[in-house]
Amino acid sequence: MLQMINILSAWMIPAIIAFIPLYGAYRKVPVYETFTEGAKEGFGTAIGIIPHLVGMLVAISMFRASGAMDVIVGFIQPLLGKAGIPGEVLPLAFLRPLTGAGSLAFTADLIQTYGPDSMIGRIASTIQGSTDTTLYVLTVYFGAVGIRKTRYALKVGLVSDLVGFLAAVFICLYIFN
Amino acid sequence: MVNWIWLFFIVVSIAAAAFTGRMDQVTQAAFDGAKNGVTICFGLISILVFWMGLMRIAEDAGLLKRLAKLLSPLVRLLFPDVPSGHPALGYIMSNMSANILGLGNAATPMGIKAMQELQKLNPRPDTASPAMCTLLALNTSSITLVPTTLIAIRMNYGSANPAEIVGTTLAATAVATAAAIALDRWYRRKQPPAELMPPAYPHDNGLRSSGRSRSSGTAPPGAARPPA
Repeated sequence: MLQMINILSAWMIPAIIAFIPLYGAYRKVPVYETFTEGAKEGFGTAIGIIPHLVGMLVAISMFRASGAMDVIVGFIQPLLGKAGIPGEVLPLAFLRPLTGAGSLAFTADLIQTYGPDSMIGRIASTIQGSTDTTLYVLTVYFGAVGIRKTRYALKVGLVSDLVGFLAAVFICLYIFN
Repeated sequence: MVNWIWLFFIVVSIAAAAFTGRMDQVTQAAFDGAKNGVTICFGLISILVFWMGLMRIAEDAGLLKRLAKLLSPLVRLLFPDVPSGHPALGYIMSNMSANILGLGNAATPMGIKAMQELQKLNPRPDTASPAMCTLLALNTSSITLVPTTLIAIRMNYGSANPAEIVGTTLAATAVATAAAIALDRWYRRKQPPAELMPPAYPHDNGLRSSGRSRSSGTAPPGAARPPA
């Protein structure tokens, strides 16, 4: 099953890259000219995201460097122990929505320290894989079209991250015990 | 809310640094973060240029419309306010499929294209429409079938069964996505649609929204669209 999905993933992109121009040619679209015409837009879009991403990453990177997260984690960690949740994974709850690279590094570190087949390693892997980096997605997607009022989108993203974190912890505790 | 979170991060960071004596590191981190933001966007340029070129062919060939129609019952349910057959639905479907298959670098351009199409339907270009919020909810909780990066890391550290987390990840991501969709629905009902809200910036007539070149009539003669 897993191998099949891996093969599918490997073939998916080349298949799409071949299929779209072929279908375009069949429908008599001038494929190369249309490609370059559409591609032009990509540049402007990527450049337009820069201010949004710089602003957000400055704040997140300051927050991580200041040690403020360790203080918050220090407060909540003892409470988790009582609920039977390994406190070592708690920083992931904060890191995951903020930074994809940062939380991946933290997960890799937990896996290295406690072993991939330990409960902590399994929970960390599950948390890392189960949601995306909410603040990054929000910044890039809304930044690309110039949305300034995000309404309830951030709340939805962050609450679902919390739900995903708790689900990952309890599902792992249940399955691997 | 983004304004408050941003302010919170900066103020709390400086305050915490004053206590922990990490002021130098925080200053350094600010500039590292800025550099990182630019680096990521430069990485995005090649991906966006490539995929947006390819997707323009798909759009002009009518492929996105077909995709939108094919899977419309599901998308209808999630995006009731997007007219059926609109290219936005095709991009949304492409974005969701790319996410599920774990094709991260294809998912982002499709999602951005979907946002740009949704922006055309948005009566208030500075405010997120309900459809945009739903698309964002789907992407922040993104369902992924196989977390390939994690399996690779676990393999790297000598796991006896690197793929054993596939099932738990799938279950957790399903719960997170269900929560995101349910919450999004709830807010949709609670909040008035954008067109009923009083305009916050009366002078803003949408000219500064997205700067798309598509509809400005500058397309070369070769780019004429085939009849739908």
